[in-house]
Amino acid sequence: MTQLESELKLKRDGYEVVYQRPHTLVDVPNRYCPGCGHSVVHRVLMEVVEEMNIQSETIGVAPVGCTVFAYDYLDVDMQGAAHGRATAVATGIKRMLPDKFVFTYQGDGDLAAIGTAETIHTANRGENILIIFINNGIYGMTGGQMAPTTILGATTSTSPAGRSLELHGHPLKITELIAQLPGAAYVTRQSVHKPGNVRKFKKALLKSLQLQRDKAGLCLIEVVSNCPSNWKMTPIESNRWMEENIMPEYPLGDLKVPSTKES
Amino acid sequence: MKEEVIIAGFGGQGVLTMGMVLAYAGMVEGKEVSWMPSYGPEMRGGTANCIAIISDEPVSSPIITQYDTAVILNQPSLEKFESRVKPGGLLLYESNNILQPPTRTDLTCQSIPAAVEASNLDNSRVLNMVMLGAFLAHRPILDITSIRAGLKQVLPERYHHLLSINEEAIRRGQELAQQEVEA
Amino acid sequence: MGETVLMKGNEALAKAAILAGCDGYFGYPITPQSEILEYISRELPKAGGVMIQAESELAAINMVYGAAGAGARVMTSSSSPGISLMQEGISYLASAELPCLVVNVNRGGPGLGTIQPSQSDYFQATRGGGHGDYRTIVLAPASVQEMADFTYLAFDLADKYRMPVMILADGALGQMMEKVTFPDYDPDEHKLPKPWATVGKPPDRERNIITSLYIEPEHMEEINLKLQQKYRQIEQEEVRWEEIETGDADIILVAFGLAARISRKVIELARESGLRVGLLQPVSLYPFPSPRLHQLASQAQLMLTVEMNAGQMVEDVRLAVAGQTRVEFYGRTGGMIPAPEEVWEYLNQLLENNTSGTGQPVARNMEGAQP
Repeated sequence: MTQLESELKLKRDGYEVVYQRPHTLVDVPNRYCPGCGHSVVHRVLMEVVEEMNIQSETIGVAPVGCTVFAYDYLDVDMQGAAHGRATAVATGIKRMLPDKFVFTYQGDGDLAAIGTAETIHTANRGENILIIFINNGIYGMTGGQMAPTTILGATTSTSPAGRSLELHGHPLKITELIAQLPGAAYVTRQSVHKPGNVRKFKKALLKSLQLQRDKAGLCLIEVVSNCPSNWKMTPIESNRWMEENIMPEYPLGDLKVPSTKES
Repeated sequence: MKEEVIIAGFGGQGVLTMGMVLAYAGMVEGKEVSWMPSYGPEMRGGTANCIAIISDEPVSSPIITQYDTAVILNQPSLEKFESRVKPGGLLLYESNNILQPPTRTDLTCQSIPAAVEASNLDNSRVLNMVMLGAFLAHRPILDITSIRAGLKQVLPERYHHLLSINEEAIRRGQELAQQEVEA
Repeated sequence: MGETVLMKGNEALAKAAILAGCDGYFGYPITPQSEILEYISRELPKAGGVMIQAESELAAINMVYGAAGAGARVMTSSSSPGISLMQEGISYLASAELPCLVVNVNRGGPGLGTIQPSQSDYFQATRGGGHGDYRTIVLAPASVQEMADFTYLAFDLADKYRMPVMILADGALGQMMEKVTFPDYDPDEHKLPKPWATVGKPPDRERNIITSLYIEPEHMEEINLKLQQKYRQIEQEEVRWEEIETGDADIILVAFGLAARISRKVIELARESGLRVGLLQPVSLYPFPSPRLHQLASQAQLMLTVEMNAGQMVEDVRLAVAGQTRVEFYGRTGGMIPAPEEVWEYLNQLLENNTSGTGQPVARNMEGAQP
């Protein structure tokens, strides 16, 4: 039974639908691990696309990483980019279709390691795109290696003794870097591990896409997220660990908002 | 008719411009032309040269090593290109810049005091046009009106007030060489 | 036809790109092709197109990917080291079947090399260049006119076959000036509909997805077979070459690009001496004019490839000739240009000695040609 058929059946049976999958989210089971933040981010993103009624005007860019198959779930036109090049691809799309909504969906390795140059320069050009940046401090798809954002002391498969300042350097706060660039209009750090945070994240998405409509410049939403599988924790443990260990390093909140004059 | 010319000197002497004027003028007359510059870091202050070919037939190779004519504006270029002028060819060189003149006896060689002539015209930068005039006296392959048209194309518009002095330099070069041609 | 003008090869190519309806250009400066970027940044915006100077060749080729995927007619240009950086992106473009023009104004390598002209990227260009089983159509201009003409052609072929098309030129062709006439060409008559492009999904169609990821090997194999089928079609339909005086020739030079121009001079020298020398000039390097070479081999006692590299195209000539006749190679490397006279001299040596040449690039204290 398709989603639509089941909705119709519920209505026929006298039920009111109060909560459902957005129609812009493809009706297939996703392959994300239980408890992972990706599926929540996908869902909220598509809720916003549906509420703004911009499905036909939206083009997404999937990266290399766990969300490499994002186009299997998000029912909008999409391109898969080479590792690290999502914002370059998005630049190409947006410059050809300046009135469409363009977003990239990138992980910490894609955005803050191999794609650092593209990230910085896309922001610096003030490209009118939205970057959704999932920071879980680990390479998920390749099996739990150290990321540029991995916090000091955290063990990963390539920092078995814990991330060391001497050997690996500091966790890269790329969102703070981006916030300094004049081309960036709105830079915020959110999470989706609690209902209240999900609501705030949704507001940030709405705001970003409205700013994109106004051609205000680059919007970046960092989502501090978890990776229960590679952190080797249950989803609940992973969220607790994230709150206790990661969020002090990456505090939630807006890093840059457009001045009221601009917005 | 086919004339294969190498023009060589220091960067800044107008070597490339002279070749370009020839190529433009050839095109104006419906001839086949090519202009091949030396390019690279040496363009900035080092040696510079270009090959200009003007022909009734399609140009086979724009890059060649044997020339009908060499127009030489400095000593290193003379050393490099003297041996590459075809027997019976033409070698024009700038008097002030060449201290050791060419030694070949199977060429028509003429020293042209282009630097002196240019300073007489109060513009040292038209040295190349004096040389061009001298070349045209020896090789009247292109009409002066075509040369003028070429000059107008090559000189950026902001220098168009200098067109007449460039034309005068060409005329002076022609006169300087004419004596030799007639002799 | 428009008026005839005198232009540098790089500028003629850039102008042709604009006249061909280029919507977007993404590139990064590198000698000896920066005139292309400079011309495009000055003129493309006037024609309503977009030029972005990217932060690297990596970014540039991926901007091309995004823009091509959005259905636009787009291009980039670079020179050898920059093209190497772009190879990952070109592989993705080939796999995702995105049309675009990539211009390589070849300079001498390997490494940072020299800025002087070279044909040392022949292997890279004709074998795909990046990872995976793919090809790009490769066109090799030999004059300023062809720098312009092949630009239109490249865009049209890219659209027709949904693939990157490369123009492989060299620094000398880019820097030299010749006459050029721009044809009448209406981009709107040439640009093909692109229903696969990601332009935003209307309610009445499935979403368009542009990707090169097919994780199931069965699926990836299927994609590869489809690509190969396309390449076989291209090998049937898009082979291009020129012949000069091959009719009676028993010695055939094989050369492309600038080396073909030099070879034409060699033919002049040879014909003056009464030798029947002709030239086969591959215009499409991929697909390579192998069938025609195979035919010509039966009439030739000797084929001599003339290349500005250490002997690359000669391998394709040997494959095409399949042992029917003697195949020799003359080449200079590292940005040196073979002079017509030295090729002529080498040809004479081959004929006199009637023994195989070394097959090695030449040094022999040759000064080479200018510049």
